Amino acid sequence: MGERRLLKPERQVGITGYGAYIPRYRLPASEIARIWAGGAVGLPVKEKAVPGLDEDAATIAIEAARNALARAGIEPGLIRAVWVGSESHPYAVKPTGTIVAEAIGATPHIQAADWEFACKAGTEAFQAAIAFVGSGMADYAMAIGADTAQGRPGDALEYTAAAGGAAYILGPAEESLAIVEASYSFVTDTPDFFRRPYQHYPQHGARFTGEPAYFRHILTAAQTLMEELGYTPADYAYAVFHQPNLKFPQTAAKKLGFTPDQIKDGLLVDEIGNTYAGSSLLGLTAVLDVAQPGDRILLVSFGSGAGSDAFSLIATEELPKRRNLAPFTRQYIQRRKEVDYGLYVRYRRKLEMH
Amino acid sequence: MELPKNWRLRKQRYSMVGEICEKCGARIFPPRDVCPECSKPAATPYTFSGKGTVYSYATVFQAPKGFEEYVPYTVAMVKLEEGPMVAAQLTDVDHDEVKIGMPVEMVTRKLYEEGEEGLIVYGYKFRPRIHKSN
Ligand SMILES: [Zn+2]
Repeated sequence: MGERRLLKPERQVGITGYGAYIPRYRLPASEIARIWAGGAVGLPVKEKAVPGLDEDAATIAIEAARNALARAGIEPGLIRAVWVGSESHPYAVKPTGTIVAEAIGATPHIQAADWEFACKAGTEAFQAAIAFVGSGMADYAMAIGADTAQGRPGDALEYTAAAGGAAYILGPAEESLAIVEASYSFVTDTPDFFRRPYQHYPQHGARFTGEPAYFRHILTAAQTLMEELGYTPADYAYAVFHQPNLKFPQTAAKKLGFTPDQIKDGLLVDEIGNTYAGSSLLGLTAVLDVAQPGDRILLVSFGSGAGSDAFSLIATEELPKRRNLAPFTRQYIQRRKEVDYGLYVRYRRKLEMH
Repeated sequence: MELPKNWRLRKQRYSMVGEICEKCGARIFPPRDVCPECSKPAATPYTFSGKGTVYSYATVFQAPKGFEEYVPYTVAMVKLEEGPMVAAQLTDVDHDEVKIGMPVEMVTRKLYEEGEEGLIVYGYKFRPRIHKSN
């Protein structure tokens, strides 16, 4: 066909630093079932991460960004862009990126902007950061996915809508912990999930969320990327997929030909829920915490609306040397304080006083 | 009304940027442009590590206006590794878990919101240290 589908920059780019953040509080799905379904309902995850009262997408992004900087070992002033993907930006107008950039000391010689594409806003920023560095315009660019997602009380989404985030510094391949081999993006107009302005909670087309949305975009993006690179699932040590619940990424992996072993290290949803723009990017942090030099990693995001970004990465010799410069994702998962539905309602400000 | 003040203090509040005295090496926080040790002018910015220990603390059950929803919360005097003592709120910890000498680290969190329509003010707080390897 001769069509050019792969995305590959002029200059080779890699991840020079990465960082995770997950809030301390956990709400077991059984608590939500107790309140809304008399306990008699199948649970999509075991529990989800809930932010404290003083946390939002900006504070989550700041801690993840500081962890990424610690691993990159560079002066923050060398970063030329701080891009934050989220659907829970604290302000409707005032970029989260400005707050994060200031907090990490990256201002003022930078670009800072917020990205939106449901759960793939962070990987969209990641693609752009590859291009920004790959073109030679910048040596370092930061891409973040962070959310404090909310579901309407009693809605199916309430069981999984969670908080967390991950930050990545893209830079020259020579200094990288993992090199980006190539990427690919696949997008169509699909109304599986949406939220109108000034509405607090999203709408989702129940029948629409599986086959035509999640699976079509994830599978096409992953298959296209692997085909164009001449790889099969056997070439990968790890695969990470967007994880809105436990079943979807497991099914996607199986359909593509990946084994449960290849996805288990990056599959965090059962313990922290769906962190939206943070979801697949957090899964990748957990994989980078354990991967060995030479391991190939597949990352595929999904954002409602809908689209997927797929990335093929290879871990370098630098990874084991620098990953212990910041907390591991597992340490954040283990830092766990369970809350009941009452405290959750208070922490998430769902209570109205009459 | 608080906008200009919050804006001026942002580096100090977001990331604990203080000063270092070029004469005697003292690390200064909050920045005051004069070294408290040797009284010489000091204006060189210095970013603190954010690591310290709890020197003393008190838990607030009846909060001042604007902080009501956070009760109970604990305010501590934190002795920074670089020397200075700083007063700040603790976070991600239950008030009955706080102990004198507890190792803590700085995080940037929401301090307060100026109502539903106003500014969100971010700044440093301290929480029990997560990372043990450094
Ligand atoms: Zn001095």
